[in-house]
Amino acid sequence: MTKPTLQDPHMALKPAQKALGPIRRSFAPWLDPSAVPLIRFENVVKRFGDFTAVDDVSIDIHQREFFALLGPSGCGKTTLMRMLAGFEEPTSGRITLAGQDLSGVPPYRRPVNMMFQSYALFPHMSVEQNIGFGLKQDRLPRTEIEARVKEMLKLVKLEPFASRKPHQLSGGQRQRVALARSLAKRPKVLLLDEPLGALDKKLREETQFELMDLQMELGLTFLIVTHDQEEAMTVADRIAVMNHGKLVQVATPGDIYEQPNCRYVADFIGDINILDAKVASAAGGMARLAVAEPAVEIAAAAPDPSPAQGADVAFALRPEKVRISIDPPPPDATNVLRGEVWDIAYFGDWTKFLVKLDGSEKIMRVSRANATRTEFAPIAWDDKVHVWFAPDAGVLLTS
Amino acid sequence: MTKGLSAVNVTALVLGFSFLYLPILILVLYSFNDSQLVTVWGGFSTRWYVSLLHNEQLLEAAWVTIRLGLVSATLATVLGTLAAVTLTRLGRFRGRTLFSGMIYAPLVMPEVITGLSMLLLFVAINLERGFLTLTIAHVTFAMCFVAVVVQSRLVTFDRSLEEAALDLGCPPFKTFFVITLPIILPAVVSGWMLAFTLSIDDLVISQFTTGPGATTLPMRIYSSVRLGVKPEINAVCSILIAIVTTGVIIASIATKRAENERLKAERAAAAGR
Repeated sequence: MTKPTLQDPHMALKPAQKALGPIRRSFAPWLDPSAVPLIRFENVVKRFGDFTAVDDVSIDIHQREFFALLGPSGCGKTTLMRMLAGFEEPTSGRITLAGQDLSGVPPYRRPVNMMFQSYALFPHMSVEQNIGFGLKQDRLPRTEIEARVKEMLKLVKLEPFASRKPHQLSGGQRQRVALARSLAKRPKVLLLDEPLGALDKKLREETQFELMDLQMELGLTFLIVTHDQEEAMTVADRIAVMNHGKLVQVATPGDIYEQPNCRYVADFIGDINILDAKVASAAGGMARLAVAEPAVEIAAAAPDPSPAQGADVAFALRPEKVRISIDPPPPDATNVLRGEVWDIAYFGDWTKFLVKLDGSEKIMRVSRANATRTEFAPIAWDDKVHVWFAPDAGVLLTS
Repeated sequence: MTKGLSAVNVTALVLGFSFLYLPILILVLYSFNDSQLVTVWGGFSTRWYVSLLHNEQLLEAAWVTIRLGLVSATLATVLGTLAAVTLTRLGRFRGRTLFSGMIYAPLVMPEVITGLSMLLLFVAINLERGFLTLTIAHVTFAMCFVAVVVQSRLVTFDRSLEEAALDLGCPPFKTFFVITLPIILPAVVSGWMLAFTLSIDDLVISQFTTGPGATTLPMRIYSSVRLGVKPEINAVCSILIAIVTTGVIIASIATKRAENERLKAERAAAAGR
C-alpha cells in the first residue's frame, strides 16, 4: 500500500524531518540493556469489580519513544493509559515515571498531558484560552503564557483562529487545538487517546505524519492508544498488542508484522493465511509440516528450539509473500500448490487473489503489486493457477 | 395533511386559549376600572395603581415577598446544585437510588403536608416563626426543583472536560468553578428562576410556616379577598403578571438569539472547512 512519501506537500516541518531522519533510523533504546526507561509499568493489574481490565502488564517505555498500545475495544489499552494519566489507580502493581512512583499522585500533579478522544475542548473558552489553560494553572507570568500560546498556535497552524470558540471550528481544527493544548505545558509524556478517530481518512493520514514530525521536533515521549493497526504501524516506534487485558507482544511494527509471536497477533495485524498443521519432522532449523487442509506437506523454517514431532502448529503466511502464476513456477520453487481463482479484488496499487486450493475448501489469499500498467496475460476468475512460497516466507507459530 | 385551519381546529384553539387567558384578561381589564365594585365597569382609570402606592400593607408584603424570593432562590440554587452534583457524580454509593428518589418526592408531596410537617418541626425545636422559618421552608421545597433541573443537565455533561482540566493541572475544586459551573450555568440560572417564581407565588407552605411581621404578597392578597375583592388587588396582580411576562419574553428572546448565533457559527465553521 502506498503511503505519502516524506516529500508529501501537505507535510509540515519538512526541514526538521530531514535533519532528524538519520537519528530516527538508529533509534532503538529498548535494545540497550543499560538504558533507563522513562515509564515503567510493573505488573500492573486493574480490576473493576469482577472484571479484570488490565491483567499483570509490564511495559518499559523509553524517552523520545513513540509507543502505541494496540488492541480491539475493551482490551484494556485505554485503562492502562488512564492509569498513567492518574484517572484510575492500579489495583496492584506500580507505575513509575522517571524513577518516581506515581501511585497516589493526582492527575493534576503528574507531568503528563493527555489528548482526549472527544478532544474535550472547553466550549466556553476561545482557542487561545483553551491552549493557555494549563499554563495558567502553573501561574506563569502573563507575558510568558501569551508567548507560549502564540508558539503553539503557530505549531498547529491555527493563528487566524485564536479568538474563535471550539464550536466555530471544523473537526480537523478542533483536533489541532486539542493537540496544542496538551503540548502547551511541555509534558514529559503526551498521551493520545484514539486521537484521529473522528477525522476522515485523508486528514487522518496527513495528521499521522504531522504527529510523527512533531514528536521528533519536540523530542517528547508519545504514548498513543488506538484500535487501528495501520495507524499504530505508521506512527509508532514500538507497538504493544493487547488482548483481554493481557500484553500479547511488544515489538517494532516490522517485527509485529513479520514475526508475530502467536496466532492472535498474526491475525489481528494485516491480512494473513493461517495453515493449521502438525510437525512431521524437524531438524536444523527446518521442519516438514503436514498441513490439515489441503492434505499436503510443506517445508517451513523452524524456530529455535525446533518444535517436537507431532506438535500442533500453525504456519502464518502473508498474502504478499505468496507467488502466483498460470504458468508452472520455476523448477527451484518450493511449496508449490495448485488451485483455482475464486475471487479477485483490485485495489489499484495491489490486486488480491483468493485462490481455492485443489482438494480442499481452503482459500489462500495472494496479493501482487501492479508494477506495470498493462499485463500480457492477466489472471482472471476461474483460472487454474500455481501458488508457491519459500520456507521462510511465513512464520511457524506454536501458540 | 390539510393546509390551513379547519373549523374544528379554530374552535378548539379559541376555546382552549379563552379558557387559559380570559380570566387573566378580565383581571387586568378590571384593574383599570374606575368603579369601586369589581364586577361593574365604571370607566377607565388608573386610580387603583395610584392608591396602591399608598397601601403600606401591600407594599410591605411585596417587599417581604421579593426579599424572600431572592434569598430562598439563591440558597436553594446552591443547595440544589450541590445535591445534583453529588447524585450524578459520586458513582454508586450505598443508597444512591434512595436519595435520587427522595429528591423527587417533595415535587409530588401535597403542599399541605410539607407545610404542616415544617410547622411541626419548627414548633418542636422551638424556633420562633417569622422571616427565617419562611426562608427555610421555601429553600427546602425549591431546592428539589433546582436539583432536578441541574441534574438533567449534568447527565449529558461530558466528564472528559473535567478530566482534561485536571490533566492540565487544575485541582478538582477549582475545576468545578472554572469548567463545570460555567458550562452548566444556563441550567443553574433556570433553576434559580424556577425557585424564585415558586417562592413568590407560594401560599400554602407560607401560611403554615410564617409568623408575625412576615406576610407575603400572596398571603396578603388571599386574606384581603376573603373580605371582598378590591380593585387594588387587581392592580397588584396585573403588575405581577406584567413582571412575569416581561421576564419570560426577555428570557426566550435571549435564548433564541444565542441559539441562532450558535447555529450561524457552526454553519460558518462547516463551510470554511
